Amino acid sequence: MDWQGQKLAEQLMQILLLIAAVVAFVAGYTTASFRTMMLIYAGGVGVTTLITVPNWPFFNRHPLKWLDPSEAEKHPKPEVAVSSKKKSSKK
Amino acid sequence: MHSFGYRANALLTFAVTILAFMCAIASFSDNFSNQTPSAQIQILNINWFQKQPHGNDEVSLTLNITADLQSLFTWNTKQVFAFVAAEYKTSKNSLNQVSLWDAIIPEIEHAKFWIQISNKYRFIDQGHNLRGKDFNLTLHWHVMPKTGKMFADKIVMSGYRLPDAYR
Repeated sequence: MDWQGQKLAEQLMQILLLIAAVVAFVAGYTTASFRTMMLIYAGGVGVTTLITVPNWPFFNRHPLKWLDPSEAEKHPKPEVAVSSKKKSSKK
Repeated sequence: MHSFGYRANALLTFAVTILAFMCAIASFSDNFSNQTPSAQIQILNINWFQKQPHGNDEVSLTLNITADLQSLFTWNTKQVFAFVAAEYKTSKNSLNQVSLWDAIIPEIEHAKFWIQISNKYRFIDQGHNLRGKDFNLTLHWHVMPKTGKMFADKIVMSGYRLPDAYR
């Protein structure tokens, strides 16, 4: 997933779970059935999992631009300078 | 949110947290139920009334218990535990409470009932104070929820009296 996709996935997850909870509670309370509330909420959690957890293509609409390997060779990694002071003798 | 495991964990945690809130609100909604239980207890017969060899009084009663506890059931009720206790005062104890009968009511259909039985548990005093004793019969109930707070209350029925002499 790209960055936008991750943000979308997180927001979708939170909104969908909250909606599932509200719908489940209202349905359960009005039908006086605790079981209804639990079943609807479990269904909502399942649907939310299917939508937000797998790496769907619509989460990857702004893909990250990775450098080409040939580009990377033109910009070598800087060398770390080795300081002689660090090699203090410990005997 | 960068990996499958991360998203799955975040979703599961949030889902369980929301579930906890839903259960808390469901329990809170029990406060708004209108509860109007009713009950009547008749003592049909004093079967026997004796002083036991080790010195304590014991009485056996046949009770006729009628109750309508249907209004106690809400959507969040798992079962109602009801018991009948004989309550009286002695010189030694300001309150004696002896449980005579109890029942677990699992569904609202069973909550309106009529039962005639002798006492399920023995009515034994601490001593020999029961002759001529005035006592109350109290129907207590505990409404046990599916989630959250348990409510308990009672109906006190007074005016019962034991005989003045052993039988």
